[in-house]
Amino acid sequence: MGYDKYLICVLGMGLVTYLPRWLPLALLPQRDIPQTLKEWLGFIPATILSALVAPDIFLNSIGDFHILQARFLAAIPTIIFALKTRSLGGTVIVGMFIYWLTNKLI
Amino acid sequence: MKSLSRAFILQGLTAALPIWVGYAAVGIPFGVLARQAGLSPIQVALMSIIVFAGSSQFIAVSMIGSGASILPIIITTFFVNLRHLLMSSSLALYLKGTSKGILSLFAYGVTDESFAVNLTKFMHGGWDVKRALVVNHTANAVWIASTIAGGYLGEVVPEGALGIDYALTAMFIALLVFQLRNSLVIVLSILSGLLSLIFSLLLPGAWNIVLASMIAASAGVSITYTFRRRKKGLDNGL
Repeated sequence: MGYDKYLICVLGMGLVTYLPRWLPLALLPQRDIPQTLKEWLGFIPATILSALVAPDIFLNSIGDFHILQARFLAAIPTIIFALKTRSLGGTVIVGMFIYWLTNKLI
Repeated sequence: MKSLSRAFILQGLTAALPIWVGYAAVGIPFGVLARQAGLSPIQVALMSIIVFAGSSQFIAVSMIGSGASILPIIITTFFVNLRHLLMSSSLALYLKGTSKGILSLFAYGVTDESFAVNLTKFMHGGWDVKRALVVNHTANAVWIASTIAGGYLGEVVPEGALGIDYALTAMFIALLVFQLRNSLVIVLSILSGLLSLIFSLLLPGAWNIVLASMIAASAGVSITYTFRRRKKGLDNGL
């Protein structure tokens, strides 16, 4: 792909990425949001995070279901650590260490 | 006044720290792949600045590498990044009274990671758009720098050193745990995770995230309303 084509490609990618990020922020804060929508949006953080995490820990690098892998095994102590300490930074560091250790052991 | 302004920057930086580690872990291998696909460091920088969306950048680079034309790349990018519509909508609840200009700047930095960190902070209180902007823009700077650096020093850093490629997973796990405030949310999270797994085996792009989270949230609303109606019925002696 040449330089000009590449620039058009990246600008197009930027536009279609920015618009969905921008539209709700441009429209919603100025309006009264219906109660039902507010409650629906209240569930979105937990459901999005879960939807992001599940494939990350249960699927392998080629996208097949694979439960006995380091990403899932390390997740269990990571979850327990997060529940006990409620510390984000601590969980990230401990999670990385457990994952590194699990990879060494299996 | 000066110490006050320093405090908000420091709080933003502290909140952003896990994201930096994760972005460096993902950005460096991205830089390596992009160079292998024939992109120059300037081209890598351009994409990271203009698009700023990790997974779609990986997909675009692999499409460019296999000779895809512009339109399919842009359409794929759109669908992969559509999930941010939901994230910005959730964030919008906490940004009433913020000027349009600031919101437009803030929108640029809405990623899975900045959304998760900022929304958790907003829910706990004591967070505002200034602190959130520090999170977004420092994360953005780390992303840009590490994707460029990847092209130069990629081969030097051993893959998976110190479990660094688990940083973002651990962060998402922690933030998910912090969200589990009652049994309904726990049930909905399990439902969303299961749906996401099933959809990711069936559908391309990030449809699994969009569909799973929307279906689970809708189930949450209908369960809430059913219980409320039943409670109202009981209160009325029915």
